[in-house]
Amino acid sequence: MSGAPIVEPHRMSGAPIIELRKVSKRFGRPHGALSRWLGQKPAPVVQAVSGVDLSIRTGEVVGLVGESGCGKSTLGRLVAGIMPPSAGEVLWHGRPRAGLSAGEERAAKLGVQMIFQDPQSSLNPRMRVSEIVGEAPRVHGLIGAEGEEAYVDAQLRRAGLDPSLKRRYPHQFSGGQRQRIGIARALAVQPAMLVCDESVAALDVSIQAQIINLFLDLRTDLNLTCLFISHDLGVVEHVSDRVAIMYLGRIVEEALAETVFSRPNHPYTQALLAEVPRLETRKSRFGAIQGELPSPLNPPPGCHFHPRCPHAFARCSREVPVLREVAPGQRSACHLNDIAG
Amino acid sequence: MSDVPTLELRDLNTVFDTRAGVLRAVDGVTLSVGRGEVLGLVGESGSGKSVTGFSIIGLIDPPGRIASGRIRFQGRELVGLAEPELRRLRGRHIAMIFQDPMMTLNPVLRIDTQMMETIQAHERVSGAEARSRSRDALGQVGIPSPDERLSAYPHQFSGGMRQRVAIAIALLHNPALIVADEPTTALDVTIQAQILAVVQKLASERGTSLLWITHDLSVVAGLADRVAVMYAGRIVESGAVDAVLDNPMHHYTRGLIGSVPSRNRRGHKLLQIPGMTPSPLDRPAGCAFRTRCAAADAACETEPALTRPEPGRELRCFHPAHGAVAA
Repeated sequence: MSGAPIVEPHRMSGAPIIELRKVSKRFGRPHGALSRWLGQKPAPVVQAVSGVDLSIRTGEVVGLVGESGCGKSTLGRLVAGIMPPSAGEVLWHGRPRAGLSAGEERAAKLGVQMIFQDPQSSLNPRMRVSEIVGEAPRVHGLIGAEGEEAYVDAQLRRAGLDPSLKRRYPHQFSGGQRQRIGIARALAVQPAMLVCDESVAALDVSIQAQIINLFLDLRTDLNLTCLFISHDLGVVEHVSDRVAIMYLGRIVEEALAETVFSRPNHPYTQALLAEVPRLETRKSRFGAIQGELPSPLNPPPGCHFHPRCPHAFARCSREVPVLREVAPGQRSACHLNDIAG
Repeated sequence: MSDVPTLELRDLNTVFDTRAGVLRAVDGVTLSVGRGEVLGLVGESGSGKSVTGFSIIGLIDPPGRIASGRIRFQGRELVGLAEPELRRLRGRHIAMIFQDPMMTLNPVLRIDTQMMETIQAHERVSGAEARSRSRDALGQVGIPSPDERLSAYPHQFSGGMRQRVAIAIALLHNPALIVADEPTTALDVTIQAQILAVVQKLASERGTSLLWITHDLSVVAGLADRVAVMYAGRIVESGAVDAVLDNPMHHYTRGLIGSVPSRNRRGHKLLQIPGMTPSPLDRPAGCAFRTRCAAADAACETEPALTRPEPGRELRCFHPAHGAVAA
């Protein structure tokens, strides 16, 4: 509540730590020669992420917002290097990740760690907390066997856990404490960047506040860069410097957090913001945007949002709008900006 | 509103007999919902809000039991009612919407089968009429081309559409009371807004009473007339939505409101409630919140009595706070 603001919006002058260039990810089997010869139909292909450009600078927190199925988790996994892109390039400190030597690649992978939504399923139930947190730094030679105990204790303490509980198993902790174990594990390999995928979504409001506060503290202490993925606009607004809005595999708008929340440009962003329930809006009339997210197996042509967009016109169903600058520091992919400009 | 409330709970105690002891999930809950009124029942996991809902609709199975208290629906006592009597009420006069629509829907039956069965369980109508009423109900909750969708299976619907089907089934008999347990929690914001719009419209048109159980104060702010905040099996504060949210008196309510991110200055640390909800087997004596409360003192070691600090407000706290929660 008090003290200096932890988020400083202008700390983003540093070099990009990670850069995505026209990155796409498809899921599904390729229609190979054999299956063609056998006369099989091509397997359905899901275009989870298509042609995304995004750069994240050192020390910045970028919020990635979208509804289920929009590809935000896939994008997070591409950033974390857990899966390779189907097309496009991921640059790590300005160099293509694909061209790194084996040693550099390992360092790059350690450099980005993930914190998942469900600590229950991302922590091995048969390992003690000390093993969960200590295994990776030991395997990667960050610590020796003799220093492990003290190191693990320090990691746990930093995440707000009592080190005397380290002999316990994950099921012996509450949801909030388990999320702290996940945070301690991610930070134990001293990453430069975190990818938080809905890391506070499953927590109760009061516990969620505790974890967000821990996250804000760690971010200042360790100068962490972060991709913060969430469907909760309130949380994203609170922690992010910059926000990217995703819809069906594409980024439709990207700008500084205060710009997105005060002057949203894309009709989808506007609709999302209008429909977030807020404490201040009493007895409101719900319901503005109609329809649902179309299937990524069969996305609509042109702008993916046009079937639900109240402002759509003929061009929207023919031509994919390009993500381009509409105001200083604000990019949006909408044909309406051509009419207005 | 008529004099007899649609739903009235008096000192309800629902307990679970476990090997570790008697778990008091609902610990003396008193509340009422008037005709056409929307009551938001707010609490975190383990607060007993869902068990309260299950108690009303008679879904408490052993080892759980309603140990004492009254549940009156339109003046009629439901506790101890024989199962056949309860079945006549359930689905017809009282309906429930669950968080997971697959708790309502049978995965191996087509939607029309399930809907027509629901109608014909309570009314003697022809198959054709049941079918046409089912179709109308799907249309009312905003399902496109209801005729074709009637013959689909639940897995062919998206999550939001399934929840609409579950709501359509709940509305089939135009019930006087709907108990909704976190029905939009698993849904995306745009879909949540659509569902809330449907429920709001139907409730106001038909005078249906709603008990809306949720952890999300923001949803309650937009939907409910009154709100009751539950902590560790008890209602700690209740009143009109404006009164409770603008001037929360219980320190738990204040903590909940304070920890909503959008109320805090961006990038500043959130107001947080220290600690966590105590285990229902090991609750502190007296006020269950006292171990996490900044205002607690020796007085809080005895059970705070229910007080009425303002007309229409109820509170269990020795040291009520006043004024809005600072942002």
